[in-house]
Amino acid sequence: MAKLRQCAIYGKGGIGKSTTTQNLVAALAESGKKVLIVGCDPKADSTRLILHSKAQTTVMHLAAEAGSVEDLELEDVLSVGFGGIMCVESGGPEPGVGCAGRGVITAINFLEEEGAYTEDLDFVFYDVLGDVVCGGFAMPIRENKAQEIYIVCSGEMMAMYAANNICKGIVKYANSGGVRLAGLICNSRNTDREDELVMALASRLGTTMIHFVPRDNAVQHAEIRRMTMVEYDPTHKQSDEYRQLASKIANNTNFVIPTPIEMEELEELLMEFGIMDVEDTSIIGKTAAQLAAEAA
Amino acid sequence: MTTMTREETEALIAEVLEVYPEKAKKDRAKHLMVNDQSIEQSKKCITSNRKSLPGVMTVRGCAYAGSKGVVWGPIKDMIHISHGPIGCGQFSRAGRRNYYVGTTGVDTFGTMNFTSDFQEKDIVFGGDKKLTKLIEEVEMLFPLHKGISVQSECPIGLIGDDIEAIAKKGAVTIGKPIIPVRCEGFRGVSQSLGHHIANDTIRDWVLDKRDGTPDTSTPYDVAIIGDYNVGGDAWASRILLEEMGLRVVAQWSGDGTLAEMMNTPKVKLNLLHCYRSMNYITRHMEEKYGIPYMEYNFFGPTKIIESLRRIAGFFDDSVKEKAELVIARYQPMMDAIIAKYKPRLQGKKVMLYVGGLRPRHIIGAYEDLGMEVVGTGYEFAHNDDYDRTIKEMGNTTLIYDDASGFELEEFVKKIKPDMVGSGIKEKYIFQKMGIPLRQMHSWDYSGPYHGYDGFAIFARDMDIALSNPVWGNMVPPWKKEVVEEIAKAA
Repeated sequence: MAKLRQCAIYGKGGIGKSTTTQNLVAALAESGKKVLIVGCDPKADSTRLILHSKAQTTVMHLAAEAGSVEDLELEDVLSVGFGGIMCVESGGPEPGVGCAGRGVITAINFLEEEGAYTEDLDFVFYDVLGDVVCGGFAMPIRENKAQEIYIVCSGEMMAMYAANNICKGIVKYANSGGVRLAGLICNSRNTDREDELVMALASRLGTTMIHFVPRDNAVQHAEIRRMTMVEYDPTHKQSDEYRQLASKIANNTNFVIPTPIEMEELEELLMEFGIMDVEDTSIIGKTAAQLAAEAA
Repeated sequence: MTTMTREETEALIAEVLEVYPEKAKKDRAKHLMVNDQSIEQSKKCITSNRKSLPGVMTVRGCAYAGSKGVVWGPIKDMIHISHGPIGCGQFSRAGRRNYYVGTTGVDTFGTMNFTSDFQEKDIVFGGDKKLTKLIEEVEMLFPLHKGISVQSECPIGLIGDDIEAIAKKGAVTIGKPIIPVRCEGFRGVSQSLGHHIANDTIRDWVLDKRDGTPDTSTPYDVAIIGDYNVGGDAWASRILLEEMGLRVVAQWSGDGTLAEMMNTPKVKLNLLHCYRSMNYITRHMEEKYGIPYMEYNFFGPTKIIESLRRIAGFFDDSVKEKAELVIARYQPMMDAIIAKYKPRLQGKKVMLYVGGLRPRHIIGAYEDLGMEVVGTGYEFAHNDDYDRTIKEMGNTTLIYDDASGFELEEFVKKIKPDMVGSGIKEKYIFQKMGIPLRQMHSWDYSGPYHGYDGFAIFARDMDIALSNPVWGNMVPPWKKEVVEEIAKAA
């Protein structure tokens, strides 16, 4: 039995982390891998496509009901879905109250202490809230947890900013633990020269674009049915895309400490690809009235 | 050791600072000074109210300690909820000896601990609902309480519980005031900010709500502000004011009630004992209600007489006359105490290291007994405290701010006072060095020390500590011969 590989998926909010994770995990399971998904987002939508459910009952929700997390058993929080994929959601508060970060910490500690990471598992995937706003959401990449980070991004400016920022966070933890950047997953938004741009960014960050997932409405069709592509339509070409992504990840050995770039460098890159206009420094800080006066 | 010269004291400071690394030395030097009574503004010679350096083993508390432990806690007919995990409330429970009259658990709650006892789930999902439930339960189980204060512990500031909204809603539900206090421990550099925050909440949530109520005051109404009734201090003070014809409307906050606080904006004069912890509210009442405040000192007959006359001076002749009668009546008792203890205590030297007002207020009481305070300092003072201290302390004496464990020990070793007045954290260190220590926070489970009655107890306690034969037996029998041999050889 190969060693358990723990992977975390990060990326800008709304980029498609949960959809990509579940589709890729479904493809891994189809190929015979044993996988556990740990949803680290209070929204608890990291396992719905695997379980065909609206939202899985979360560790923190159950803990609150039972009194404390010590009162829970592993089987209370683990659900098994498509392809034998094990699913668990950390859960957390509704927006605006409490501390979601602490929820992630508590849930992950619980899983470890209760022995959720069993010998027969090949992969654990942590699907983490878009913005690493506090220490709690960095929990999956601390020592002895996820070793491989995949960043989902697209050719959009903010997605690339986010990817670069996440790399800064990885550097911090890479030095104290063993966490490494394992690649960028481009979830296409059909922007111009998207693949080239993400590849260029990947190389600046010292990694590769591990796969380019084209945009396809079939993913949405599957999602409406709370299913992944390989389950909904195994013969569809988009299912093959996820199979390719899965096999690339399964065979990936390119784990690096990323080299995040300075803001100027990132902006230059974006300008080079026409995503961002060349900055006109003469207009900074000028009001509309001033500009009108200058033009006259 | 005779009194040190300026040069000797400066050399002592330099010697103690010598072991520090450069940066720490530079910082700590600003917190140590040689007194010079001619200085008007202490900021020229001492820095205070700054963050403690890591590793100095500061004895400071936190903002929660300042609010719950000092200002709010003693209000006896309110229930003070420690909102957060269990420890803050439980380990500060009943520790400060704020005496009060009442039936605990029925109409008074001073020594009880009420807490929302946070668990993981409360951190993750927020403590709002639990607090709401706690308020309802408090109302059901203790219907005679007059109001609730919510004292925030650290996590509340992190998870952002909306305690103000809960307080407003809860106050409507139970029909009593609920005061939310944002005194999270990580705020500020010491308990001092907690005092300020607590004062501000009294201003915004207690006094403001009371504005416009009909006036039923007399021309002789005063409030005692900043007396926490440690061992009965406020009682020993109150009787003197009453004997001179004043009506004490409120005690802030030792043995105090919510109604007393609400009535305070009608008094003629606010009498401020602990300036540090309550000057904020007296300033506010001066600005908003035009009530003047007067600082006074009820430690030792000299300061008591001075204070009584100054207070009486604010009122008409009838009060002035009665004040003289009070002074005259207690004088024989004071003379007897001084006649008894002064011969035994004369010339003894004391070093102090305490909190809010005592490092300067007690000096007079020691001097009445013929003793001398040769070093003093505060844990959490600001520079206005040092402005006042400079005038009370003798020239060339040592003054220290937020002293480290190391500094205090070294100062005591070098200055060799006959006794130290400080707290429980210092007590056994110095007693093991053979120097008697009286706790000047809790009066060492004795008291009161305020007022004439308090001075009698103070004098007795100092004598008990200093004249205890145990200090002459610090060398164990099996080491005695060695000591004697060394002495002989020398």
